Amino acid sequence: MEARVTEQYYHSVRLDKKKCEGCIHCIQRCPTQAIRVRNGKAIIVAERCIDCGECIRVCPHKAKYAERDGMEELSRFSYTVALPAPSLYGQIANVKDINSLLCALRDIGFDDVFEVSAAAERISSGTKKFLKENTNFPRPVISSACPVICRLISVCFPNLIEHILPLHSPMEEAGRLAREAAMKKTGLPPEKIGVFFITPCPAKVTAIRHPMECETSNLDGALAMNDIYPALVSALKHEEAEEDLQNSGLIGVSWGMTGGEASGILSEDALAVDGIENCMKLLEEIEDEKLHDISFIELNACSGGCVGGVLTAENPFIAKARLQHLRKYLPVAMNRASAEETRTVLTAEKLPEPVPALRLADNLEDAMKKMNRLNALLETFPRLDCGTCGAPTCRALAEDIVRGYTTEQDCIFRIKEELEGAGLGKAAEDLIPPPFRKKKE
Amino acid sequence: MEPLHLHYDVNGNDFTCAGEASGKIKRTLKSLGFSPAIIRNVAIAVYEAEINMVIHAGGGVIDCTIQPDQILVVLKDTGPGIPDIEQAMQEGWSTAPENIRQLGFGAGMGLPNIKKYSDDLKIDSTVGVGTTITITVRNHP
Repeated sequence: MEARVTEQYYHSVRLDKKKCEGCIHCIQRCPTQAIRVRNGKAIIVAERCIDCGECIRVCPHKAKYAERDGMEELSRFSYTVALPAPSLYGQIANVKDINSLLCALRDIGFDDVFEVSAAAERISSGTKKFLKENTNFPRPVISSACPVICRLISVCFPNLIEHILPLHSPMEEAGRLAREAAMKKTGLPPEKIGVFFITPCPAKVTAIRHPMECETSNLDGALAMNDIYPALVSALKHEEAEEDLQNSGLIGVSWGMTGGEASGILSEDALAVDGIENCMKLLEEIEDEKLHDISFIELNACSGGCVGGVLTAENPFIAKARLQHLRKYLPVAMNRASAEETRTVLTAEKLPEPVPALRLADNLEDAMKKMNRLNALLETFPRLDCGTCGAPTCRALAEDIVRGYTTEQDCIFRIKEELEGAGLGKAAEDLIPPPFRKKKE
Repeated sequence: MEPLHLHYDVNGNDFTCAGEASGKIKRTLKSLGFSPAIIRNVAIAVYEAEINMVIHAGGGVIDCTIQPDQILVVLKDTGPGIPDIEQAMQEGWSTAPENIRQLGFGAGMGLPNIKKYSDDLKIDSTVGVGTTITITVRNHP
């Protein structure tokens, strides 16, 4: 099992072994079946993990956490810029306008702020242009903005990689623009400028440290929304701000919630889906070519979109209502990039690469042998998916066995059979937990 | 090389189950590491045939035999049978009732799509007895 945890795949979602009690909440919630419990502790299988953070949400012992940067990282730089994801605007109650929030964000320790929503507006117009000019690109085109979705496609739907929009995410585009602007303003070299994303989710931390869309990220780190939340609330002033830091409109700000990106391309055949299970079902449908007349799909791993991220501070429904209120008085967009600028700078350096995590073996014949054994094993398992073996389902246990990671003895029913074989049938019946005992007539 | 056999019973009265067998076959092929093109061809052809089975024949059985060089799927039902196979193969020809069409099925693309995505398609059908559809997708390494 340990052999599968490789350094090849960096993940921000981590386990605090001291806090882990070895229960089975996380293994059954994980959408890619990336967690097992061994020797009383959870293990995250690196090649399957997509950093969605569902295990962080569900762990009753707070043993799962997201690695991220702290404010102390800012001291490494001469000049720092905060890049708030638009979902930040919905986190705090009684905010008069977005500008007062941006001023407060700067005042907690940054030299400047740059709205990611400003870059999002560029991506919206770039997407519109891309769809119009690339009619031969496989439809539906899938948004590249949510890093969990990109990683999910790499692991579970590698044949859909060719559907991913080959444009940068708003975060990367914002990082580039913010650094350029700071260099112009200060005359400092790029390495003296610290560009920090204010993130709603762990996947964006991973996306900065191990980017899928470029070789090196334009960002220097990520601070979690719920970490900076207390400081931000105290820094918020209620009088009129003296400076105008805002540079995006309704289209950009709407990216913080489900439907924002899809509506930003101003097309009727765009679809928005949220929630990891819903996204997986939809990707299956795209794979089977069941989806027709849809040209663009926005997929958000979190319910409600980025406001539902696991590192946010506010309930996503309230955050969404606040975003809807705050955007009401904004112009539609404030993007002034030229057509040429939009075309050349937005193109991603690379696409996500397929991860062969689901393959049983490197070659077909070995894989078939393992599959035959897996199916035979599965026939002998109770198929209750009870999780007591530490795998999320009986099938997952069978798969772990044929991969050579564990043995049949992990199954509680095998232990019962052995006891029965040793003439301890009655004792076995009483020893196994109540849900698995045969009903007494 | 011992081939891999998969068997599924398809419930004919439940639309929500339609696509379950083809989905499982697809997941199996993914675990085996077949190429995306092969997986797509099998998934789409078998899904269409499975839906047909539910719409027209009240369910049936699916037997899938996987070998490194080919995937063979036999779908057998005891439904009404197809009186004129040539006509049924035409794009847009459909005998699906209105309520089925309202669900977005029965556009008359089922059999043509199966043919399009398979390397070989065999249809044996007797009116009043049933239909057996044999789909072959070859794997050219």
